[in-house]
Amino acid sequence: MSVTAQSTKSNPFEAERNGLQLRRSIVNKLSIILTGFFAICASLFLIYLIGYIAAKGLQFINANFFTQRPRAPGETGGGWATALQGSAIFLSEVGRGPFASFVRFLVDTLTGIPTIIFGLFAWVLIVVPSHSFSAVSGGVALGIIMIPTVARATEEVLRLVPNDQREASAALGATHSRTIMQVVVPAARSGIVTGVMLALARVAGETAPLLMTAGGTPFFNTNLFHQIDAIPLRIFNFTLSPYQIERDQAFSGALVLIVFVVITSLAVRWATGGFKRRGR
Amino acid sequence: MEVPVATERNSIQARSRAWLRASLSQIRVQARRPGDFAFRVLLYLFVGIVLVIVLGIGWVLLSSSWPTIQQFGFKYLTNPAFDPIHNTFGVGPALFGTFFTSAFAILLAVPLSVGTAIFLTEFCPRRLRFPLAFLVDTLAAIPSVAIGLWGFLVFAPWLQQTGEPWLQQHLGFLPFFQGTPYGVGMLAAGLILTAMILPIITAISREVMVVVPVSQREAMLALGATRWEVIRYAVLPYGRVGITGGAILGLGRALGETIAVTLVIGNQATPPSASLFQTGYTLSSVIVNQFGEATPGVFLSAVLEAGLLLLLITLLTNILARLLIARMGRVGGGLTA
Amino acid sequence: MQELVASEGQSQAEIAIDIQRLDAWYGPSQALFDVNLSILPLSVSAAIGPSGSGKSTFVRCLNRMHEEVFGARVTGSVVIEGVNIYAPTINPIYVRRHIGMVFQQPNPLPSRSIYENVAIGARINGLAKGRALDELVERRLRQAALWDEVKDRLSGAPTQLSGGQQQRLCIARALALEPHIVLMDEPCSALDPIATLQVEDLIRQLKQHYTIVIVTHNLQQAARVADRTAFFLSGHLVEEEATAEFFSHPKQKETEDFITGRFG
Repeated sequence: MSVTAQSTKSNPFEAERNGLQLRRSIVNKLSIILTGFFAICASLFLIYLIGYIAAKGLQFINANFFTQRPRAPGETGGGWATALQGSAIFLSEVGRGPFASFVRFLVDTLTGIPTIIFGLFAWVLIVVPSHSFSAVSGGVALGIIMIPTVARATEEVLRLVPNDQREASAALGATHSRTIMQVVVPAARSGIVTGVMLALARVAGETAPLLMTAGGTPFFNTNLFHQIDAIPLRIFNFTLSPYQIERDQAFSGALVLIVFVVITSLAVRWATGGFKRRGR
Repeated sequence: MEVPVATERNSIQARSRAWLRASLSQIRVQARRPGDFAFRVLLYLFVGIVLVIVLGIGWVLLSSSWPTIQQFGFKYLTNPAFDPIHNTFGVGPALFGTFFTSAFAILLAVPLSVGTAIFLTEFCPRRLRFPLAFLVDTLAAIPSVAIGLWGFLVFAPWLQQTGEPWLQQHLGFLPFFQGTPYGVGMLAAGLILTAMILPIITAISREVMVVVPVSQREAMLALGATRWEVIRYAVLPYGRVGITGGAILGLGRALGETIAVTLVIGNQATPPSASLFQTGYTLSSVIVNQFGEATPGVFLSAVLEAGLLLLLITLLTNILARLLIARMGRVGGGLTA
Repeated sequence: MQELVASEGQSQAEIAIDIQRLDAWYGPSQALFDVNLSILPLSVSAAIGPSGSGKSTFVRCLNRMHEEVFGARVTGSVVIEGVNIYAPTINPIYVRRHIGMVFQQPNPLPSRSIYENVAIGARINGLAKGRALDELVERRLRQAALWDEVKDRLSGAPTQLSGGQQQRLCIARALALEPHIVLMDEPCSALDPIATLQVEDLIRQLKQHYTIVIVTHNLQQAARVADRTAFFLSGHLVEEEATAEFFSHPKQKETEDFITGRFG
């Protein structure tokens, strides 16, 4: 009944030379190689994509290029969305209980909706009755898209404001609303700006809502109620153009867009340091 | 503000009145002075606007699609085309296209993403971790029109001349790779969707895996497990709910993607088959293609009904995903979404 | 299947684990300084000391778990059955496979059944399959004094078990790989007094077949359970002695201070 394990092996801590151990070792190494391969493919694809677009797009980038490209109606949309930051303030300062969770849930739901639906919404409400494309309708659509990003970012930032500031203000006799507006919000101001920038970056690249609302035009336009062009829109139209030169220029547009969006996102992430990626 | 005493027999009415009363009293209790009260009302007003928007979108779409719903009912889901001449409208092929491409994208993206996430969290040398993760994350920031542009002008032609013929040559016995290569079509759309949803699934999987407790890993290590075995038996099972949630979130994104898909799917209806080479369209590309032509009336509302369908589908998938991710938090996985 | 019993040729004077000049680091800070110790077979050795004294680090060096922490480092030698487990040719996976470990917090795999938890080590190392595996699981669960309590719910989740039961499950899991040595890092810290006594009883039974090294912050537990006791302070091994002698006639002043509760 008594047989030891060590009498037959010189080294009990060596792998047994059988199929199973060999398989384990191979599977282990294979998993490293395979997953590494996937990761590198994903990263390389990005580099390739940007590189290709840059290579094809750079040839047209000059001063002329920029003056012929009207800015996207994001600004209208932006103003509109920041007005609705109230919901963000609500969430963080008052946000406890089932109602607040419900609101938060709604805001989150907004992020999941495909942007074309916002385009449809604005299209039905504004474009169709007014029988014309307009910057306003584009702004409306983009503004709505911006709400959840701004709201979430603002909520996060407001939450980060240390409680002693709130308590100090309350101790001085300020009402809850005063505290929020005059103490908490200013403290979080840079974070809120960052949230807005993030939303702008996200929205700058949106094409679908603009297709149906802003219309696109080759002319400069300052009337909010007329058609207006935007970079993603122009890229889209040029891609489908029968003219080779316009198709080539589409790459330039894409390059500009990518650079803008990526750099803004980067700048935002860098500025917020520990503010880790939070949905998009 | 007047709040009547509740004597209604209808319990839903009674409950909603009670809720309203409670909310108002909550505002009153928390607002100690008039200025406060006004401020609070203002806040709730803003929230109300958000509510209105969210519900409004649904309502607008629903009411605008009503004519088509009335006229076609469920046939809308199977009718083969948007045909204003014969006055039949349907999204049959569009639904097929949406699900076919999204299914393809998910099947391909989940292993790629989870694999990438595993590499980044478990195997990757520390110094490489940040740059690689950064590259994968940035892929999500690329506007879809840029990817669509590349897909249409570069990728699709390549597929037509090189990629698809090669596939047909070597794997043509499978029904997926039969038929005429057009370049644009389901394969192109599916591959581009894969690239677009990969970053989300990777990001969520990474978050899920990082919070697996050390004690779980050590349990496997102490049994003499290889690094892969630790992942397979301790990390992945612990995080599987969260990873599934991430996959469904990616699916939602794929279902709703518009611009990139519209550019590469071909937008020509062919009878649905299993072939990846076929062209077709998706729910979102139908909207893009048809809204310009739509005349008020049934045509217009048909386009809007497509939007309504799209909204419903994506909402459902997103809600499901978030429920799963939330459950992960409760089960003891700790993922904040 | 081999029974795990000491060979007739092995006398009590042989050394089960021979530790020489062991140093350990967490990154730049050193956690263990020149530890030299011999652990005797088929006995219970306790490592005691205040928090941060390095006792856990020490035990985790015995099965090469310490180096899994990022930036951790070990020098010195640990010789088990004639082999230095820190030799460059040795793969730590096989070291850990032959040494069992039980942790402070019971850590069964929540996604697997009770049966699977005991079986998993045997599965990945190819020890047994099918009915042989069933027998193995039953034998180890009996050995851990858990069989009667779980035999009707082997396919149930381990989260249904109490803390003490989960810890015994982890012991069964560790035993399933037929180790000669079992390491326990404060196995009773998370358990209530009754469960603690159950585990201590178990330890006393197990030492007939296994060499056990246990970390504990509870002096009375060391006195109850251990044959030899080692006292660690700030990463140094201060004193090591047969338990009775250790507690009645400590040789170092720090030992005496610690035992009498002057610090801790």
